[in-house]
Amino acid sequence: MAIVDLTSVPAEEPFRDESVWSRLRYYAASHPLGVVGALIMLVFVTVAVFADFLTVYDPTATNSAIALAPPGAAHWLGADYMGRDIYSRIVYGARISLAVGLGSTALGCVLGVVLGLASGYLGGWVDLVVQRVVDVLQAIPLLVLALVMAASLGPALGNTVVAIALPLVPYAARVIRSNTLALREQPFVEAARATGMSEFRIAVRHVLPNTLAPLIVIATAQLGAAILTEASLSFLGLGVPEPHPSWGRMLSESVAEYVRVAPWLVVFPGLAISLAVFGTNLFGDALRDILDPRLRN
Amino acid sequence: MLEKSPASVAARTTVLEVRDLKKHFPVRKGLLQREAGTVYAVDGVSFSIGEGETLGLVGESGCGKSTVGRTILRLIEPTGGSIIISGKDITHLDKAELRTYRRQMQIIFQDPFSSLDPRMSAGDIVAEPMRVHRLARGAEVKKRVAELFDRVGLRKAQMANYPHQFSGGQRQRIGIARALALEPKLIVGDEPVSALDVSIQAQVLNLMMDLQRDLGLSYLFISHNLAVVEHISHRIAVMYLGRIVECTDKRTLFTRPQHPYTESLLLAVPVPDPRVKRRKYVLQGEVPSPMKPPSGCHFHTRCPYAVDRCKIESPALREVKPGQWVACHLR
Repeated sequence: MAIVDLTSVPAEEPFRDESVWSRLRYYAASHPLGVVGALIMLVFVTVAVFADFLTVYDPTATNSAIALAPPGAAHWLGADYMGRDIYSRIVYGARISLAVGLGSTALGCVLGVVLGLASGYLGGWVDLVVQRVVDVLQAIPLLVLALVMAASLGPALGNTVVAIALPLVPYAARVIRSNTLALREQPFVEAARATGMSEFRIAVRHVLPNTLAPLIVIATAQLGAAILTEASLSFLGLGVPEPHPSWGRMLSESVAEYVRVAPWLVVFPGLAISLAVFGTNLFGDALRDILDPRLRN
Repeated sequence: MLEKSPASVAARTTVLEVRDLKKHFPVRKGLLQREAGTVYAVDGVSFSIGEGETLGLVGESGCGKSTVGRTILRLIEPTGGSIIISGKDITHLDKAELRTYRRQMQIIFQDPFSSLDPRMSAGDIVAEPMRVHRLARGAEVKKRVAELFDRVGLRKAQMANYPHQFSGGQRQRIGIARALALEPKLIVGDEPVSALDVSIQAQVLNLMMDLQRDLGLSYLFISHNLAVVEHISHRIAVMYLGRIVECTDKRTLFTRPQHPYTESLLLAVPVPDPRVKRRKYVLQGEVPSPMKPPSGCHFHTRCPYAVDRCKIESPALREVKPGQWVACHLR
């Protein structure tokens, strides 16, 4: 009757008792691409953390003698127009780009989830107020909003994270709200209510887990956008202040002038961004499948 | 409205008593959400259910029978009337007070697919009510979930499985196990077998009857299927447009119905015998809108026997014969 062969289930298998490691191994085996994504992310995080040990050159030191030097033995990935070592700048840039990318995506999603869940689940005037605020936020283009935020808060890493996170809030809030509205009417939510479960617990235990799939999709898609938004902000002097390197700024400050004469100035930071986004996308896809019992087999 | 409500013929302890229950939904329109009208979903319904008894509630779709079930559990707040569970009026209890009484009444839903959280294992779904009420903890929870699985005819090994790995009938068994977890006195079945295959329907109905015999449960069994209701119920209440038109024991209802609407419903049940000659009477017209129910007796617009009085005066539910309650001026 059941879709799976139930006789293959061990007779005494308890619910929720498997060890974390055996589950992890099982998920890794069933999602090889997710493992690739996780490894890519792990490499970037390691690079960011141990940047001091992985480089010989100061990423901010300029040297006019080697300006626009092509990739070679001394400078693996070449040097930029001010004679700064690109490899060192990418390694140190991982700190800022990952902090901004992951930080703002996480912050934006958390705020969006809280607002969306409250708005969709509570309804009434909460919904009305939250949705009008979201409307206003969404009416302003992402970059403009981030610009206003960054300009009013001043250039600093923390402020950049907040400035980029804020425009993400309405997107996450909208998706979570619409999902919540549909889930709220589901009989399994009514059943939970009939057992006397508190509304807050129902929202967290039953509604939230069922909105995870679209949230992960949004989050992984936004990560790349966040890194690039930081680049735009930096280019306009409102991101993480000079001379700290970030991938986005390395890309934006050299793309117009040097892409023909010294393409390595553009290619390597671009590759770093693409790879980071690619890694999180692979990982996010696998995570979405693993968290959904229907896709787990 | 009523001094006495249609109660069980045999003297039993009353588990649920519903008096003049009303649920009116406001219909809002336009930008300002002005009240444009009211849907009289449930309009003065009274009945009671004894211990170990099944009351079948039948009617066409949209007659308010599901609203009755949900209002009794206070999943929908009633507009008027009172709901009394084991002698305690729960109509106006606040959420905290209501929690304790939730243990006494549970619900089984129609759709076995959307009534179970797809992200929780079957064992967790059944364990959750116990955790909410702190009835058990740790290994004790697991033991009791295993007992419940056994009770509803599922295997212990299936506790770790997720809802999508079960068939419709098995899912409905999980739903029943969840309802039983709190050891309720009353279970409201909101069309619990309507979404199942006919062969599985019988299995689930028999399980419910076995549980009733063993645990002394009372059921409010909501259905549009007369055959199913006949199988499981002791008494049957027939609803039309938010009101009960007839309420009596099963046998009387099927052999000597008194209300014209009950009569027409019974005539619409197909008989699996081509030689049986049947009276050709098909109910005329559509069910009127519950937003504008007809004056007087709600059924007068389609009733073949309607007289002038029916258009003006709403008939009260009266005991026309011992144990047979009918809301009709002509009986």
